[in-house]
Amino acid sequence: MRLGVLFSGGKDSLFACWKAMQHEEVACLITVISRNPESYMFHTPNIHLAGLQAEAAGLPLVEAETAGEKETELLDLRRALLEARDRFGIEGVVTGAILSVYQASRVQRLCHDLDLWCFNPLWHTDQEAYMEDLIGAGFRVIITGVFSCPFDASWLGREIDHRALNELRGAARKYRITLTGEGGEFETFVVDAPFFSRRIAIEEASKVYRNHNGVLHIERAGLVER
Amino acid sequence: MILVIDLCYRENSLSRAEFVGPVAGILRGVGAVPIVRHYTAVSAPDLEAADGVILCGTALKDRGFMEGPERFGWLRVFGRPVLGISSGMLPIVATFDIGIEPCPGIGMTDIQVISPDPLFAGKEIFAAYELHEFAVQVTDRFVPLAVSDRCTQALRHCSLPIYALLFHPEVRNEWIIERFFDLTESD
Repeated sequence: MRLGVLFSGGKDSLFACWKAMQHEEVACLITVISRNPESYMFHTPNIHLAGLQAEAAGLPLVEAETAGEKETELLDLRRALLEARDRFGIEGVVTGAILSVYQASRVQRLCHDLDLWCFNPLWHTDQEAYMEDLIGAGFRVIITGVFSCPFDASWLGREIDHRALNELRGAARKYRITLTGEGGEFETFVVDAPFFSRRIAIEEASKVYRNHNGVLHIERAGLVER
Repeated sequence: MILVIDLCYRENSLSRAEFVGPVAGILRGVGAVPIVRHYTAVSAPDLEAADGVILCGTALKDRGFMEGPERFGWLRVFGRPVLGISSGMLPIVATFDIGIEPCPGIGMTDIQVISPDPLFAGKEIFAAYELHEFAVQVTDRFVPLAVSDRCTQALRHCSLPIYALLFHPEVRNEWIIERFFDLTESD
């Protein structure tokens, strides 16, 4: 089955993509770029680097822009799915949804309307096992946004390795946040994945941080040999 | 042992983690021993060894498992608790000749309990996640246990411990799967 993967550049969508590759044929990545920083569906830091990640993965990228208003952004996603269906013949869509019924049910409805299969391979996954699998499989993931206590500015740009994961476990226990950031506590960016032919090297970045809220803006990045 | 039946389009499919994994995980969390089998690989010894069976849901477009509904004929004689989840209720309704009608539902909905049953004891209204394209028609062979504003959401066979849920209990209502496990323990 030829599939398109809804793609934000973060760990969940890329891990879902990797899972999909183990079972079906991933034909393209699909990204919706939101101009609304409050968008629940699509906003994510550094989405402008989706093209670079797609190049690293050797996959074509379907991009659609949205103003990010609550329901019109779904029309923009629909437009992107239609383009992916027409250009790449996709029969289904993959998402990295873990717990969000809000996001999952909106994508399910769109797929239903367009007669597409919908796959959520991380749906209600064991978050502890998932994070271990992510690291163990060779994904290199950095934190590019923090939006919750206890994260300070030092977390911005930090790679999620075993040591960071241990600290995240402690934070999850103490502050009742999710281990995966599914509650919006942090955002991630994947710089390397098992299916990348080259990894992403960040050449220039800046941090904006205040009161447990911060973003790492990646201003310049390129592909280098792994 | 709880036999968890994977109804997805292929053994070890991309859908399995979404529709089977969470159910098996909840069972493990309460000390149950789930054995997962794809519907094409369920054997007579599997059924004989099972204290209960859960028929998991599938993707909306996934209906391959209904191409041979006679493979679920064991439902008539199994005698121990069975729980069909969303499209996992289709083998039950086919086996017992219950009609279905188009009724798509995706997202959260309020469920109202309308008949007493150990599965829902102490609950009157709760929110649940639905992902279905059909609803079942009312029949005198099944007792409607719970409804939403659009359709019957939970049924129990009038004389066998067979339950059919239209919504997905593994999402936000894990307690229902835990109670089903309790039923298999006490049965």
